[in-house]
Amino acid sequence: MTDTDPPAAADWSADAVAALRALDVRQIAYVPDAGLTRFLDLAAAEDGIAMISVATEEDAIAQCCGAWLGGQRALAAMQSSGVGNIPNMLSLPRVCGMPLLMLVTMRGEPGETNPWQESTGRAMPALLDAMGVDLRRVEDAAEVGPALAQAGADAFDGDRRICIQLAQSLIGFKGFHGAGESDA
Amino acid sequence: MLDRRAAVKALLNNRGENLLVVAGLGAPAWDCTAAGDHDLTFPLWGAMGGAVPIGLGLAIAQPDRRVLVVTGDGEMLMGLGSLTAVGARRPANLAIVALDNERYGETGMQRSNTGRGTNLAGVAKASGIPVVATVGSAARLDEAVSLARSARGPVFVTLKIDPAAHDLVLPPRDGVLLTERFRAALGV
Repeated sequence: MTDTDPPAAADWSADAVAALRALDVRQIAYVPDAGLTRFLDLAAAEDGIAMISVATEEDAIAQCCGAWLGGQRALAAMQSSGVGNIPNMLSLPRVCGMPLLMLVTMRGEPGETNPWQESTGRAMPALLDAMGVDLRRVEDAAEVGPALAQAGADAFDGDRRICIQLAQSLIGFKGFHGAGESDA
Repeated sequence: MLDRRAAVKALLNNRGENLLVVAGLGAPAWDCTAAGDHDLTFPLWGAMGGAVPIGLGLAIAQPDRRVLVVTGDGEMLMGLGSLTAVGARRPANLAIVALDNERYGETGMQRSNTGRGTNLAGVAKASGIPVVATVGSAARLDEAVSLARSARGPVFVTLKIDPAAHDLVLPPRDGVLLTERFRAALGV
């Protein structure tokens, strides 16, 4: 592997999109992350999935709830720092018994070069737990698709709130001058 | 300035089953309830800043129905960024009405920044929402209602309302009930 090889994203991104298609997810509300770039591109290429770039992650949570009210399934995708923006909005699906499916790429883990990402990355599991969202961590690219499929089934069929957490080692490391960098 | 109860009553008059309403927390939710509680109204008791993105998700999911978000200036100020997603997606069936009394009514009528220079309809326009209006007189209320109910969207209308407080007319606050009745009425 050279510095210019893409990370393992080439595998899990397609699996994740396939899982979401099988779940009949019709909206993806997101704030981008470098680790989500290929996933977002593949999802955008699908017919029948509305891709909405939201200004702040709490809007993604609210949009997913609106989609559910209207009879559609949705996904909220973001990086871990964005989870710090959403706790109050998580009261909405919780108090309303609505399903919620989240896909979060981790920052602030070993290999992180931006120290400002560490605090919220550290706090993320506690934040989600405090707001009643189940966290399921995935470290193996081959497990992303199956984990998302199971989380979606549990969320949408069981009115649960579930977040798939993708380890930073899985998505590649953000560098400012090297591999893994992206406009996202 | 408009009377908020009369304005919301006009907005929701003869609503039928084709109009889906998201009511922002506080007085806008009480106003919508005073106009007649309805299974296809989703009133918020919290989630401040969420009214517009809820409406956006709903509008995408139900493109053949009209979605009307009725919220206040304080709630809208917290979610200004959500207008950019509406402006980018431009759902033709979404209308947003901000009841602007330049106050945080539920917390003691503290002044909000719409009374200090922020023009909500201007923010909406600059966010890419093509149809915007600010209406503050009863003579133009019919025009505002027409925009909100039937103009090709997305639409954003600021209604400048009198800050007078009204009686509390509360919707159910059980979130599961509100969700299930909405979905059942919609048949989803």
